[in-house]
Amino acid sequence: MDRLLPLIVVVPLLGAALLAGAGRWMARPVAETVGCLCAAASAGLAAAALAGGPYVVWAGDWRPVDGHGVGIVLTGDRTGTGLAALTSLLVVTVLAYAWRYFDEPPRGHTGSFPALILLFQAGMCGFALTGDLFNAFVFFELMGVVGYALTGYRVEEARPVQGALAFGFVNSLGGYASLLGIALLYARTGELGMAQAGRELDALGRPDALVLASLVLVLTGLLIKAAAAPFHFWLPDAHAVAPTPVCMLLSGVMVEMGVYGAARVYVTVFAGPGGVPAEDFRRALTVLGLLTALTGAALCWQQRHLKRLLAFSTVAHTGLFLAGLAALEPDGVTGVFLYVLGHAGVKAALFACTGALLDRYGGVDEHRLHGRAREMRGVGVLYAAGGLALAGLPPFGTALGKALAEEQAAWLTALYVVVSAVTGGAVLRAAARVFLGAGPREEDECGAPETTGDQEEPETERRVRRLPSLMATVAALLLTGALAVGTVPALARGAAGAARAFTDHAGYAATVLDGTHAAPGAGHPSPWWSPAGVGLGLLSALLATGLAALGVRGAVPARRWAAPLRRLHSGHVGDYVAWAAAGIGLLSALVLWPGG
Amino acid sequence: MSVLPYLVAGWIFLVGVYGMATSRDLVHAVGCLSVTQSSTYVLLLAVGYRKGGTAPVFSDIAPGSRPVVDPVVQALALTDVVVGATVTALLLALVVQIAKRHGTTDPDALSELKG
Repeated sequence: MDRLLPLIVVVPLLGAALLAGAGRWMARPVAETVGCLCAAASAGLAAAALAGGPYVVWAGDWRPVDGHGVGIVLTGDRTGTGLAALTSLLVVTVLAYAWRYFDEPPRGHTGSFPALILLFQAGMCGFALTGDLFNAFVFFELMGVVGYALTGYRVEEARPVQGALAFGFVNSLGGYASLLGIALLYARTGELGMAQAGRELDALGRPDALVLASLVLVLTGLLIKAAAAPFHFWLPDAHAVAPTPVCMLLSGVMVEMGVYGAARVYVTVFAGPGGVPAEDFRRALTVLGLLTALTGAALCWQQRHLKRLLAFSTVAHTGLFLAGLAALEPDGVTGVFLYVLGHAGVKAALFACTGALLDRYGGVDEHRLHGRAREMRGVGVLYAAGGLALAGLPPFGTALGKALAEEQAAWLTALYVVVSAVTGGAVLRAAARVFLGAGPREEDECGAPETTGDQEEPETERRVRRLPSLMATVAALLLTGALAVGTVPALARGAAGAARAFTDHAGYAATVLDGTHAAPGAGHPSPWWSPAGVGLGLLSALLATGLAALGVRGAVPARRWAAPLRRLHSGHVGDYVAWAAAGIGLLSALVLWPGG
Repeated sequence: MSVLPYLVAGWIFLVGVYGMATSRDLVHAVGCLSVTQSSTYVLLLAVGYRKGGTAPVFSDIAPGSRPVVDPVVQALALTDVVVGATVTALLLALVVQIAKRHGTTDPDALSELKG
């Protein structure tokens, strides 16, 4: 299996090359089958690697000598292979969903969409598996560039190119900030491998300004990818305009890659005695997580553009992930891992349903669609189930993850319950309005700046009469997956093992450099549902339903009070870059805060 | 070792960010992004510099006979150039498409995505 690990990245790359080169001569079903097969092969390999391991592969067999090395390492630990497997599985479902999604591929570019999706998969899998800082940057940029191209896939329309451009500017800026940080780290340690750099830092002793600066710069890029406030401005614009299958990937796994990268780099490089103290990192992530979760939840409630609503809910949940990861305690990390798995399924299913609405009714505006989707009962049920899962209704995986993550602190419990209730409530409100026609029809008011969503173009050439059964099946399967995360104990046990290995700074270096595998921690109780967790999950689902009912009646105002916050989302590239720069300042202040 | 190259790298980064934040033309903004990226080249090369060092090509010098600069950072800078070229090309293509669809390249005039 050691030898097969690079294939998880290489197979999609080769598939993309094949489709890009020979796709124009392929019939469309052939091109899409090739895409699905490559993605599925990669998923199978990742699943096989997840079952064994951990695996460490030195490219070209350039192994380090006495802890110093120039070789490039791929590390297949549980967390990395798990993320690669999640990504690949989601890519397979997305390719199945996108089967016949765009009626006509552009002339002469039959294989371009599956080729881009496969490149995206390769970038994300590579990022999850790499153990080398510079390679992480390269995969970060690969993921980014393909992301911009996919966001602006419908180049003939005005808005997608605008959203893709904002995405491109902000993310590239983040990538270059990360590279500056990596260069500073290389200047100090002379190593690019995460494990080697971590050991060198520990050998050098106390951290100084240069180490802090490199942490801040590296984190900047990763937090921009993770869409943590105030770095999140690109995300709603990109999600609102990207084709629906792409949104499923962006929200389901790409954003989580940023969170993963931030935690991974800190744990493997900076968490030792020569790095940055844990309380500084914890303070930074907690404050940013809190800010992100509350901003995302407030803005999620305000949206009438359904894709933007889901995008802001992703921002809110990223905040929850960051706050849950901040302490880097194995129990909290287990919870976040399970939450990420469940969230990927639920959010992708919700986007899949929204895509069905867009293709059936030619718009994703909550007010314009009021009561029009009554005949799409199946999709309505899936949408409502997704909303409840987002709110944390047991036994969905989101609820199990939430229950485990919020146990760390009382304020964290409150944050998780409130944010999941508000984001779930917003989805349920939209479902009640669109699929049941509940509440009065909202009149348009002028004044507040907003993107309405009634000018979105359907992505199929003709509007679909009936929902293609494949699209509904994919959404149902994704929700079933989210349900499985909360009901299969083996997944929770696996996540707990992955989390214990993930939070072990010395253990990671030992695995990569010495080839010793830490014994799986015995004596830890396997994480599972607790009565308190179930109760809190039911409470937040109940709160979400209540909020949705009040929102439909107009008792909870959906505008005005957040207008100043909404005005910040101006759609202006310069503003977003300025916010990113301000974010670097905020992050430095949080890391450097005296008396931590 | 002088700190000047490091300060220069930081300065170039800030100049590029300032340019992007205040730009009135998207082509100019893409240029500013490239300026930001140049700061990474300067920093990388400054990190690998050795006083009196020569290029790390061992065909005409015996290994160990005289100092050479760090070849790793040069490889990184080259990769960085390739990444930068891709990003710049893609963003410029998007700007061309924006000019076609919106009829302007002024970011202030693009106001369709708000709130």
